[in-house]
Amino acid sequence: MTASPPAPSAEIVPEPLPAARVRHLTKTYGTGDALVTALDDVTLDLAAGEFTAVMGPSGSGKSTLMHCCAALDTADSGQVFIGDQEITRLKDKALTRLRRDEIGFVFQSFNLVPTLTAEENIKLPMAIAGRSPDRAWYDAVVATVGLADRLSHKPSELSGGQQQRVAVARALASRPRIVFADEPTGNLDSHSGAEVLELLRRSVDAPPEEGGGQTIVMVTHDPVAAAWTDRVVFLGDGKVVDELRSPTREQVLDVMNRLAEPRPTA
Amino acid sequence: MIRAALKSLLGRKVRLLMSTFAIVLGVAFVAGTLIFSDTLNRSFTALFSSTVGDVVVRPEGGTTADGSPSSVTLPASLLEKLRDVPGAARVDGNVNAIGVFVVSDEGKVVSGFGPPAIGGNWTGAPAGHGLEGMAIVEGHEPHGADEVALDQRTAERAGYDVGDRVTVIPSTAMVPDTSEQPGEQPGQPGQPPAEPTRLEPTLVGIIGFPSGGSLNGATFAAFDTATAQQLFLGGEDAYSDAWVTAADGVSQEQLRDAVAAELPDGVEAVTGDHASDEAASDLLKAVSFLTTFLLIFAGIALVVGAFLIVNTFSILVAQRSRELALLRALGASKRQVTWSVQLEAFVLGVIGATVGLGLGVLLAMGIRALFANFGLDLSGQSLIFAPRTFVASYAVGIIVTMAAAWLPARRTGRIAPVQALRDDVALPEASLHRRFLAGLVLVGAGLVLLWLGLFSDLPHGGWLTGAGVLAILLGVAGASPVLSRPFLAVVRTAYARLFGTVGLLAGQNALRNPRRTAATASALMIGLALACTMAIVGDSAKASVDASIEENFVGDFIVSNVIGSEFTPAIGDAMEGVDGVERVVRERYKQTERDGDRMAVAAVDPQDVGRLELQANDGALDGLADGSVLVQQSWADDEDVAVGDDLTFEMPVGERTYRVAGIVDDNPIVVAPVLMTLTDLADAGFTASDNVLILFTDGSPGVQDRLDAVVADLPVVTVKDQGEFAQEQREPIDQFVLMIFALLGLALVIAVLGIVNTLALSVIERTREVGLLRAIGVSRRQLRWMITLESVLIAVLGALLGVALGIGFGVALMYAVRDQGLEVISVPFGQLGVFLGLSVVIGVLAAVFPARRAARLDVLRAIATE
Repeated sequence: MTASPPAPSAEIVPEPLPAARVRHLTKTYGTGDALVTALDDVTLDLAAGEFTAVMGPSGSGKSTLMHCCAALDTADSGQVFIGDQEITRLKDKALTRLRRDEIGFVFQSFNLVPTLTAEENIKLPMAIAGRSPDRAWYDAVVATVGLADRLSHKPSELSGGQQQRVAVARALASRPRIVFADEPTGNLDSHSGAEVLELLRRSVDAPPEEGGGQTIVMVTHDPVAAAWTDRVVFLGDGKVVDELRSPTREQVLDVMNRLAEPRPTA
Repeated sequence: MIRAALKSLLGRKVRLLMSTFAIVLGVAFVAGTLIFSDTLNRSFTALFSSTVGDVVVRPEGGTTADGSPSSVTLPASLLEKLRDVPGAARVDGNVNAIGVFVVSDEGKVVSGFGPPAIGGNWTGAPAGHGLEGMAIVEGHEPHGADEVALDQRTAERAGYDVGDRVTVIPSTAMVPDTSEQPGEQPGQPGQPPAEPTRLEPTLVGIIGFPSGGSLNGATFAAFDTATAQQLFLGGEDAYSDAWVTAADGVSQEQLRDAVAAELPDGVEAVTGDHASDEAASDLLKAVSFLTTFLLIFAGIALVVGAFLIVNTFSILVAQRSRELALLRALGASKRQVTWSVQLEAFVLGVIGATVGLGLGVLLAMGIRALFANFGLDLSGQSLIFAPRTFVASYAVGIIVTMAAAWLPARRTGRIAPVQALRDDVALPEASLHRRFLAGLVLVGAGLVLLWLGLFSDLPHGGWLTGAGVLAILLGVAGASPVLSRPFLAVVRTAYARLFGTVGLLAGQNALRNPRRTAATASALMIGLALACTMAIVGDSAKASVDASIEENFVGDFIVSNVIGSEFTPAIGDAMEGVDGVERVVRERYKQTERDGDRMAVAAVDPQDVGRLELQANDGALDGLADGSVLVQQSWADDEDVAVGDDLTFEMPVGERTYRVAGIVDDNPIVVAPVLMTLTDLADAGFTASDNVLILFTDGSPGVQDRLDAVVADLPVVTVKDQGEFAQEQREPIDQFVLMIFALLGLALVIAVLGIVNTLALSVIERTREVGLLRAIGVSRRQLRWMITLESVLIAVLGALLGVALGIGFGVALMYAVRDQGLEVISVPFGQLGVFLGLSVVIGVLAAVFPARRAARLDVLRAIATE
């Protein structure tokens, strides 16, 4: 197993708290012969201010990991912390509040409520919470997304790439502790995809007053997309099997190829 | 293809079953109505054939139309003559009277409002065709003045057993001489001879129908012949009618002809079959309004249900458009795809009709129980399932379902195969603009029909009115997606203000598919429009009754029977003697015939005409004398009758002609259109019994108490002042309106189910959206709120449309009948407000299930849903 970053208990060094921590997370589906281990004792830290990709072949557990981290799914055992809050024991109400206030989402498709305008969609999580957005932050996010002139449009009047950028803006607008993106470019052409990835990259790198400083975790199977990130975590058969820092497309492909090689049966 | 259709049907059981419910209710009404009316038919036919002899000999004009015997009788000598007729096995003379009430051991009158309370003599004569008919099933025949036999159900209901002393009030009895009066009257010694009769004979026999049958709720008190003659025919040795029983091998027709040859003028012989058909069809005609009524509600349920089905199928087809496109891509033709949807509709129709048929049986039993409550007891007759009930139920269920599914099914034909490969499939839909115009055209046509039905002299006005109402309802439903848009937009803004984002989302959702919202609201609209119409009609009728009583009430007190039926003149006689009473005006109503049509005539003492404060428009009030009549203005207009004309009526004693002496303004104080003298009425062969007494008093205190004392022993006759009388007159209107509300309530239930169904389907359709909302932090509570608000919006939209239309219909209807004694148009705004409030409740209730369903959606699965 790959070495994980220093444990949070290291009080001597005032390391910033990771945005999310995963401890010994295990999840299985089915029973008997049909038993599938989606997550097998996964331990992982997701550092604040980093853009992390989670990769792996189909069935490696990467989506399950993200769903568990994002309070959309529950694990069989192990713990997940968002900030310093342990979420695996939370009830639905608290989980809902957590998703609303601490977590941002970008899905592969169908990210926007079709009846609301782009602007209403962006403000939706805050509107639901009954809060008004931080004006400066909101303006910065909208500027970063570059859709200032399309805010009054309904999703059906936007292109796929524009819809995903609105979704990213929605995820960022409430200043969540962490943003989870599930194949955000999976349905886009390469040009629109690059726009979305650039947007995500910028929202991590830019200074906070320009809408930056975010923490993003992205599940993807696209080496091009992974190359935009700071760190790639590889999953295989429910375990963390490898990790790359400042990856290039070639490095990612190498690891992927290695993982895809058929292993001798036990 | 068929298998694919059936599979998809099974996969959507719950949703489809909910839309089937409307069909179930509609069919249940149809089946229930048919079963009940068949049962009623058979029951009456059975009753009357077991209560007539082979040949009935009766005075011509025989019984009066309301079933009360005329004062014309058959002398005993005639019966002697008939015994010698060849083919006659036996001859029995009957003494009949109505208004002979049996009072239970708790002092209550055993009777309903409809079926008569019959009194008579016990003969033991067999019924026609050798049927056993009525027989003494317990105890023995009554003998002498102190013995009586009662029919089984009456004895049961009154709580009497053989050997008990029972109370019988022959309220139409001839005033008997006290010395010969049967029974003791303890506690009232030395009463004046005019005191109303109250008998307390011993129950010695129970009358039953050993071979099946019942009196359908009528009560029957039988004495021996001499006592009955004493009580009901003033002691004359005569009979009301006679039965002649045929000897073996003699047919009813042969016997009738043989008997007829022996009869004097003014007496006729009819076969038992003829007499029972006649009697049964009279009664069946009287209750046929109920059948019509229930079938109208079946129609309403089906129309409302059809909306629900159109909606459900539209949504289902939209949801399945990808699947259908795939079928097309795999080589299914347009026709096959369309017919696969129609096949589903067919199967649903069959299921709905089957369940509806079952429910219809329960409904028929329910109506039977309800009727038993009103005194029309049909429990002796098992329910009749005629083949046409089955045919009609299935035809209605299948045709309505398939017709309603036709629109959505046709649309599936336009799905292109390539759409199987696309993510978002939009079903092509006809433009709202065209639909709006079509709706307006339909409304216009409806208005014309309504106008023709209400204000023209065309025949079948009722049908035209009904068709007009239906066309307007359908037209508004068609135009409503466009019509309702401003309203929805306003509500959306208000919602967003009041409830924030959740409100905005709810408002947007309602606007998202205006035709779906509007169709769902329309189902509610129909029910409420009709309910409002009825509320206005009921309220106006009550206001008119009040106004009319206010305007026309004369005297100080009204004395009448519960349902305006007749009672003994002895009461009026007694009241004339009460201290403080200045004048007792007697009014009598009888049924007679003119040119073959039934009509009522009223009679008063000519001296009293002035006291009624009638308004003479032509001729003079004091022209009323023996041989002349006064007629009411509206009737005179309809029948083209003028002062000086002669009117001929078919009276019990034969034809009688009267001259019109005056035409008076319509006045509800005279119930019948024609008013004659009491003497003329008696001479025409009607028994002397009063229907209404109008009392003029000196207003001294305690008069009402003293009057009440006169009728204290007669629970059926009451003394009322103006307020009490008005109250009594309003009651049936209230009951009628309440009954209609109860039935319309069912239409509302269907509408509520429609909302539930539409919302539930919408939730399924928006699964991903709901998942997204949940994922980004919408709480379950907020989600429930959102759906509830949408539901309330739909319900209020339907209610507003319905109330607006209802006011239109109600006012138009009342305006059309304003010159028929219902001058006042009153809109019960309070009640209409309650309807609107109710619609909010309906909206909240309808949302419970879909909202719960949405709130419980597994977020992960929802966002993973394709």
